[in-house]
Amino acid sequence: MTTLAPVKPSTAPPTGPRRQAVIDGMPRPGMPERIVKGIFLTVISALVVVPFVAVISTSLATPEEVNRAGGFVLFPKHGIDLSAYRSIFAGGTVTQALLVSGFVTVVGTTISLVLTCTLGWALSRRGTLGNKPLLMLVLVSLLFNPGLIPTYLVVQQFGLLDSLWSVIVPTCVSAFNVIVVRSFFTGLPAEILDAARVDGASEWKMFRHIGLPLSKAVVAVVGLFYGVGYWNSFFSALLYLNDSAKWPLQLVLRTYVVNGVELGGQDLGIGSESLPPQTTIQMAILMISVVPILCVYPFIQRHFAKGVLTGAVKG
Amino acid sequence: MEHTASERPAARGARRRRSLSFGARLLRDYPVLVLAIPGMLIILAFQYYPLYGNVIAFQDFQPYLGIGKSLWNGVQNFAVVGNGDPEFLNAVKNTLILTLIQTVIVFPAPIVVAITLHTLLSNRLRQLVQSILYLPHFMSWVIVVAIFQQVLGGTGMINNWLRSHGLDPVHIIGNAEAFRALLTSQVMWKDTGWATILFLAVLSQIDRSLYEASAVDGSSRWQQILHVTLPGLRPIIILLLILKLGDSLSVGFEQIILQQPAVGTEASEVLDTYVYNNGILGGAWGVSAAVGLVKGLIGLALVLAANKLAHRLGEEGIYRG
Repeated sequence: MTTLAPVKPSTAPPTGPRRQAVIDGMPRPGMPERIVKGIFLTVISALVVVPFVAVISTSLATPEEVNRAGGFVLFPKHGIDLSAYRSIFAGGTVTQALLVSGFVTVVGTTISLVLTCTLGWALSRRGTLGNKPLLMLVLVSLLFNPGLIPTYLVVQQFGLLDSLWSVIVPTCVSAFNVIVVRSFFTGLPAEILDAARVDGASEWKMFRHIGLPLSKAVVAVVGLFYGVGYWNSFFSALLYLNDSAKWPLQLVLRTYVVNGVELGGQDLGIGSESLPPQTTIQMAILMISVVPILCVYPFIQRHFAKGVLTGAVKG
Repeated sequence: MEHTASERPAARGARRRRSLSFGARLLRDYPVLVLAIPGMLIILAFQYYPLYGNVIAFQDFQPYLGIGKSLWNGVQNFAVVGNGDPEFLNAVKNTLILTLIQTVIVFPAPIVVAITLHTLLSNRLRQLVQSILYLPHFMSWVIVVAIFQQVLGGTGMINNWLRSHGLDPVHIIGNAEAFRALLTSQVMWKDTGWATILFLAVLSQIDRSLYEASAVDGSSRWQQILHVTLPGLRPIIILLLILKLGDSLSVGFEQIILQQPAVGTEASEVLDTYVYNNGILGGAWGVSAAVGLVKGLIGLALVLAANKLAHRLGEEGIYRG
């Protein structure tokens, strides 16, 4: 038993041949396998990247090139033309929709983060009055969906129909995100909170000055999920907003890009003589709805696993 | 989910204080409750309160009368579920076919991608591919549908290429017969990459010594994947299948609503779009609410049953109880 010589850990650096025969316990992949994997990953990555490149290129290509290609341009060879973007930002329908989407996203994400973090914090304070029943209410709500028509009736009853708040309020607290934030708060070292309490910190001070600063990563990921949700929200706008002046970008995108309704000079707020080809305008609209996500994505991406896994594993 | 009390001095203290009276606890804990109230109100108002609205499934509901004044009509609205209404049956049929496709084709795809990524030697390459593959998940359905139209549509990228090379164009967008294949490829394009995230996390937790032991026994890489990797993924696969089962009657609502005008309801109507089209647009509130209620109850029953089955098979499932 104890007389056995200690077994040399097999993860120790290999000796002998320069190339390891076994990596992490798996035999080193042979050449055929590496080639197959390389091709497989290149193909699926290209399936994602190429359409985006084509969208960007078409939105920037000159009208002559777009007309010659019959629609889609993969690489603009004849210079860049920003007229599609100029016409979008000229103050017409699309500009209006951008403002609406921006408002909904900024205000909505702020409200969502405040409500989610405060509720998550309160639920993480075990042993307080009503903690268990409240937590149960949140968890059980994950198991069912109240249904399309009953939700519509409630939004109507609260007088939110045709108001931008209908796109924000009903979905502003996601029970799943509450659980993610809560499980992160629960994992904070109790000693810090105890020390703060001894020093006379109020509940709000502990939340604001200890809980939140220590949970920046998870708050960032949850914020991204909310932000993307609001920016992309399409169905609640379709359901609750009849007035097309209040349409967010996604509804404009559906009407003019998916359904292919022509955008005239009047809709854009410019003279129709200087109108770029429809495809170019469509791709430019598509681009401006993708760009904000592309801008935030790299900063938050490395925290994804944290946000997704705390929820899935501990929820 | 809960730590044991011995790990957490705070929790132990809380247990001791539980002998306090309700009033004293309220006085002590009201700051916590104040923080909980706004978020709880939203969940109660938009998650629990709407449940009451399901009573219109038993009413001849008229929007101008409201729930209070509309007349009750018993289970008449549920007749559509029982008497074989062709539109309803068509929606059920399409829903079930899409569910089957999503379980058999869409679900396993990220497992294959995750195993491929996991066995890559270069971390940097793996991270690059991951960031590319996660991206479509953050695009809205409107964007995904628009991109697919631009690539596969009549004047899209592929058809332009085919035409310029003297080949026949393919008719995919707006073709009812190709609609299921189109939906499936869109779902896979959008979410296969993102779905790998959970599998990758589990793969990185598989005990290395298992691989080493099997390598010593002379297993090839393929045998290791079969006998170490896949069994290691079993619990998460079962967990995700259970969760999917509860959602199985909700198949791609936004995605279908967006493309329904192009292909017609015959090929595209599913239960969710049936509720939307007949209820909100068509004014058959009671019948749609009845269909929605039945669908919700079946979903709930499926989750509970699947969870029980998972326990029988000796797995954790989503909860114990």
